[in-house]
Amino acid sequence: MSIEVKNLTYIYNPGMPGETRALDGVSFEVHDGEILGIIGHTGSGKSTLLQHLNGLLRPTSGQVFVDGQCITDGKVRLVDIRRKVGLVFQYPEYQLFEETVAKDVAFGPRNTGLEESKIENRVRAALSLVGLDYDEIGESSPFELSGGQKRRVAIAGVLAMRPSVLILDEPTAGLDPAAHREILSMIRTIHESMGIIIIFVSHNMGDIASLSDRVIVMDKAKIAMSGTPQEVFSHDKQLAAMGLDVPPVRSIMMQIAAEIPSIQSNALTTQEAAEDIRRAIPGFEQ
Amino acid sequence: MIRDITLGQYYPGDSPVHRLDARTKIIGTLLYIIELFIVNNYWGFVIAAAALFAVIALSRVPVKFIFRGLSAVFIIIAFTFLLNLFMVDGRVLWHWKFLTITYEGLSRACFMAIRLVLLIIGSSMMTLTTKPIELTDGLEKLLKPFGLIGLPTHEIALMMTIALRFIPTLMEETDKIIKAQEARGADFESGNLLQRAKSLIPILIPLFISSFRIAQDLALAMEARCYHGGSGRTRMNEIHFGKGDVVAAILMVIFLAVIIASRFIPDLF
Ligand SMILES: Nc1ncnc2c1ncn2[C@@H]1O[C@H](COP(=O)(O)OP(=O)(O)OP(=O)(O)O)[C@@H](O)[C@H]1O
Ligand SMILES: [Mg+2]
Repeated sequence: MSIEVKNLTYIYNPGMPGETRALDGVSFEVHDGEILGIIGHTGSGKSTLLQHLNGLLRPTSGQVFVDGQCITDGKVRLVDIRRKVGLVFQYPEYQLFEETVAKDVAFGPRNTGLEESKIENRVRAALSLVGLDYDEIGESSPFELSGGQKRRVAIAGVLAMRPSVLILDEPTAGLDPAAHREILSMIRTIHESMGIIIIFVSHNMGDIASLSDRVIVMDKAKIAMSGTPQEVFSHDKQLAAMGLDVPPVRSIMMQIAAEIPSIQSNALTTQEAAEDIRRAIPGFEQ
Repeated sequence: MIRDITLGQYYPGDSPVHRLDARTKIIGTLLYIIELFIVNNYWGFVIAAAALFAVIALSRVPVKFIFRGLSAVFIIIAFTFLLNLFMVDGRVLWHWKFLTITYEGLSRACFMAIRLVLLIIGSSMMTLTTKPIELTDGLEKLLKPFGLIGLPTHEIALMMTIALRFIPTLMEETDKIIKAQEARGADFESGNLLQRAKSLIPILIPLFISSFRIAQDLALAMEARCYHGGSGRTRMNEIHFGKGDVVAAILMVIFLAVIIASRFIPDLF
């Protein structure tokens, strides 16, 4: 499984007032099993980009290939693409509509024409992947759940289609710290157990650093930078110019290095930072 | 597609039409609608259409923008056209099985369709060139006399503003929900009528819930800013009649006279 985006350009309302060039010549690739993080200032085109990956938006120009197949020439069946590439929108809990959690999660698989007999298993599996118990909440109304639970139900609704690529648009937006951590560990679990490509947008640099294999930085409809988190976050000045930050751990370590020059570290996560401190202070371990 | 509906939307600009007092435009639009019903032959429509195009040209709103916004409404017009076409008795023009088109039906259908098109474009010109807030201010002022007999004029005006203000928001919300359900493989375009109606449920329920949420947030925000109804409120921008409004008023009177006169000239066809 791979995704290839070639020279993608998208213009909202062409020739109308409010014409916006939301994507401008964007190209990148995502390889099998990779986790790709996307960051960028508000309005830089991240959500627009995601909607091209499962054919919800047709590009003004350029192409998208999923698994080598072009999905932008109008020849593929959209249902097949939507099954392969699962897209979870920002605030997905606002799309719940069924009477029960189980029925809502079953909506996707049913649309793709899965046999009824297999649906229940799918729903069970999807709910357990997001850390919810079918027997406990399957029959309750999705509107009775907490915010974090609702979001996980909505994500399960996409996972139940067994996508080969999972795309999440700001999956942790507006959640409290506990629900935030749960969603992060859920993403890890999904990645480990399904081994699928995960693409996610986040404004939380800490999440991006700890989850992604590779990061794309969007700025004004273009890709401004891309690379491993280590590479991207070493350009702190350029990021700041785009209204972006480095992960909190990185900025703390830079401040510490300014005070205690013997502790030099370009750690992005707490584990890496701890490792560097340990190495810098002789006899720390004992 | 749903985003394209620009009904009730404002097109920012600084044309003579934009600068008119909202009250002038409201009265002008009402008058125009009444005049469309005074018209009894095609000459009247020619004149009314010419006047409308003059206003459009003066307002500098792109014609493309106006028509794109109305494409959904034209489905309704086409429907009325067909209904009239087949339902009116008279001299038979064309006949096939149970379908009959009469001369009277055809002329009635065309007449009604033209009237509806002019009516819709005419009234959308008002909303296109007037900020919603000015529109409601104007409406509130115009309704003021009715306040004496107990009509809650401020509340009516406020309801109108909120409705107009939230059309684009709800469109956006609908667009998002449609996309989200499409991402789960929902299909709104195929199937028979019943299946299509059923496929709307995944859109309508989240939309209702969103509307309630939006309404509640709005009510809270208004209360937090000490909103307490209309009495004693003052305005930052008072609206007032200017020279342009006098010109517009004179033009309206002349136009009314022309329309009435057009009833007495022999019809075009
Ligand atoms: N449906 C739409 N119609 C018109 N313009 C739009 C639409 N959706 C987005 N835009 C515009 O396209 C640009 C990119 O928007 P997009 O939503 O992709 O940004 P984003 O990077 O996801 O931002 P955020 O971080 O706020 O979610 C913005 O300038 C936005 O105003
Ligand atoms: Mg976005």
